[in-house]
Amino acid sequence: MKKTPSTLSTLENAGLSAEDQLLFSNARPRPYEPYPIKAIEDFANWARANSLWILAFGTGCCSIELRPLMTARFDASRFGVAGRPTPRQSSVFIIGGYVSVKTLKRIVRSYEQMQGPKFIIALGSCPANGGMYFDSYNTINQFDLYLPVDLYVTGCMPRPEALLGAILELQDDIKAGKCDGANRYIEHFDEYKANQKKVIKDWNMPDYNW
Amino acid sequence: MTLVTGHSAALDFAQPDPVDLSSGKYVKLWQGPQHPGITGNMSLELVLDGDTIIECKTHVGYLHRGFEKLMEQRTFIQNFTVVCRIAVPEPAFNEYLYAAAIEAISGVQSPPRAQWLRTLNLEMMRLASFLMWIGGQGGAFGQYTVANWSLTYRDYVLDLFEEMTGARIYHMYMVPGGVRAGLPAGFEKRILKLMDDTDKLLDQIERVMYNNVVFKARAKGLGVITREMVDPYGVVGPNARASGFRRDLRKDEPYLVYDQLDFNVISGSAGDAYERAYLRLQETRQSVNLIRQVIAGAPSDGPFQADMPNLLHWKVPAGETYVKAECTRGEYGYYMVTDGTEIVRRVHVRGPSYTHAIALMERLAVGTNIADIAGLMVSLHTYPPEIER
Amino acid sequence: MMSELLDRLVRDFGVTDITERPPAITTLKVSKENGERLIRELRDREGFTHLNFIACTDWIEDGIFRLIYMLHNYDSKQNLGVHIDIKRDHAEMTSIHTLWAQAWTYQRELREMYGIHFPGSPRLEEDFCLEGWDAMPPMRRDFDTAKYSAERFGHREGRVSLVPRDHMKVQLYPNRGGDES
Repeated sequence: MKKTPSTLSTLENAGLSAEDQLLFSNARPRPYEPYPIKAIEDFANWARANSLWILAFGTGCCSIELRPLMTARFDASRFGVAGRPTPRQSSVFIIGGYVSVKTLKRIVRSYEQMQGPKFIIALGSCPANGGMYFDSYNTINQFDLYLPVDLYVTGCMPRPEALLGAILELQDDIKAGKCDGANRYIEHFDEYKANQKKVIKDWNMPDYNW
Repeated sequence: MTLVTGHSAALDFAQPDPVDLSSGKYVKLWQGPQHPGITGNMSLELVLDGDTIIECKTHVGYLHRGFEKLMEQRTFIQNFTVVCRIAVPEPAFNEYLYAAAIEAISGVQSPPRAQWLRTLNLEMMRLASFLMWIGGQGGAFGQYTVANWSLTYRDYVLDLFEEMTGARIYHMYMVPGGVRAGLPAGFEKRILKLMDDTDKLLDQIERVMYNNVVFKARAKGLGVITREMVDPYGVVGPNARASGFRRDLRKDEPYLVYDQLDFNVISGSAGDAYERAYLRLQETRQSVNLIRQVIAGAPSDGPFQADMPNLLHWKVPAGETYVKAECTRGEYGYYMVTDGTEIVRRVHVRGPSYTHAIALMERLAVGTNIADIAGLMVSLHTYPPEIER
Repeated sequence: MMSELLDRLVRDFGVTDITERPPAITTLKVSKENGERLIRELRDREGFTHLNFIACTDWIEDGIFRLIYMLHNYDSKQNLGVHIDIKRDHAEMTSIHTLWAQAWTYQRELREMYGIHFPGSPRLEEDFCLEGWDAMPPMRRDFDTAKYSAERFGHREGRVSLVPRDHMKVQLYPNRGGDES
């Protein structure tokens, strides 16, 4: 693996106590490097696109449409989509609408625990620009300041059909190798982290949750 | 904690002493917010001795949007698009109560046809919400087939909502002074057909889920709410009725057209998770029955909106009120204070989950097996967004 | 029956401002000192066994927080709202967490949202909805949520907010440039 300047230094983990710093890794995340042979990378992307596993974390209103999506009527399993209870097994994080500050902390934590390649779909108008909570003191207004978004779905709330459409589009993008959100996060890691820490005042977790 | 019966004798509300986690005997475990076995986005902080829970703390606030503050920033008619977002699976009760609170203060009377349509909307909402709950309760005890069935039928109800109001989830149908539209052509026929199908579905669910040995073994005796606990813990709705109280706001303090409908208050006695689940199944059937009655009784013509002042300049007179309605979880209420301006002074939303998910859950969880905590949580039927608003 | 009860409350607790409000609520006002005693009496002797909610209204122009305890009697189906005014700059009220199990949750919420202190109430200082909050309690009237949101979260460039009244004026009276008169 090629070493980028950022992999040489380590993370501060300043939010943790001295005791806890010994327990958590302070290594920086590294970007994903595609296979050198294009055919293999294309094959890998094809496989990824057809086994999108969604993290079961309903973060807001829009997640109520995930239940019809996953059950008999809309049945997203047809497209290789399955719900997963743990971030370690998931590849897609669906941000279900507005994100309060308290949830943002958990989203960051869950997202970083997911194994790459990983993708974020943001539902509804709230993650895009605050939506109808644009003046609320507890919801963020631009989700992509804090985590990279691969696909937005409009609506308040988006219908299950729109979600199916989003999944198909995400599959196309993955097959074309265009979904580089996770790499963007790592390349601009310090900027994203600074934005997160600006909003999350009581930062008491490691800087990167391995 | 000991239970003392009697009216004036309170329960012991002292908080338990914290246990010594460093002793190695206990394990602290977080269930949620990222966890499939939790209702919505909230979390339980559990302390375990073996696999028995000895302490439970509910943490909420993951969905806090500050609705009550936002409503103080917007005019009355702007708020009507905001309120439905307070309880996501059951927006209609918020719409109705917000409209009812304004009508109580301003003295606007909604016409009879609007009242029938509102009742229809609320009962359809109750049906949709109960169907989703049945799926959740089945899922919590490992019966995903039931979840697939009932959520599909909930979707058919949502289709009818879409015909009636134009939207699947957030209808924004009940405006102050009436409703936004009448029923589309042929709606009655389609809803009656769906009600017949739903009856069959509920029979199947009863056979598959409620007679299932595993479900019975796990739900019976789980999370018993005794009669003495109901008042001090503020337990309302099906949770209280399953413990033997015949309390239903639709009967006790009738609103809309419930005094013209024929139904009985259903109650149980055991107060455990199975009794609550069975009672909710019966109430789902009752809701189907009520929808049939409303369809039969609703006038097909006449105005569905009262004459209203210019809503852009509407100043509601100064006043104060508390209105309530029986939602699927019990008493849902809106407390509203106005000061004669175009903007509301204060709205407080009283959701039944506020007591069920925090004070009651923390009490019932103690002594429960860790594997049953998801089933217990669902059997209290809590929706986090109405706790923190 | 209700009037008898109210007469007695006036005599024993000095309640004032008894008002009937639509649809079926009676509100009354009692001093901070007598508040806890009155609520206890209503619960134990008069059958108001259900606490609907505790809420607070900020009357900043009078310098008071008005607490409201909504009580319900299941037998007589009466609703009673007890108003208690407390000073804004010394916001403190007797805790009623020994009367209802859900009361301390409400008190925790009021502590966080208004900064009202309830001595003795359990877990009062724990975070309820907010986490790492360092500004003024948000439900106070002088807290400007739009300004706070703009400062802390920012807005995406190009986002437009329309004031409905002005927007509708232009829509309804395009020929007069939105002039309504």
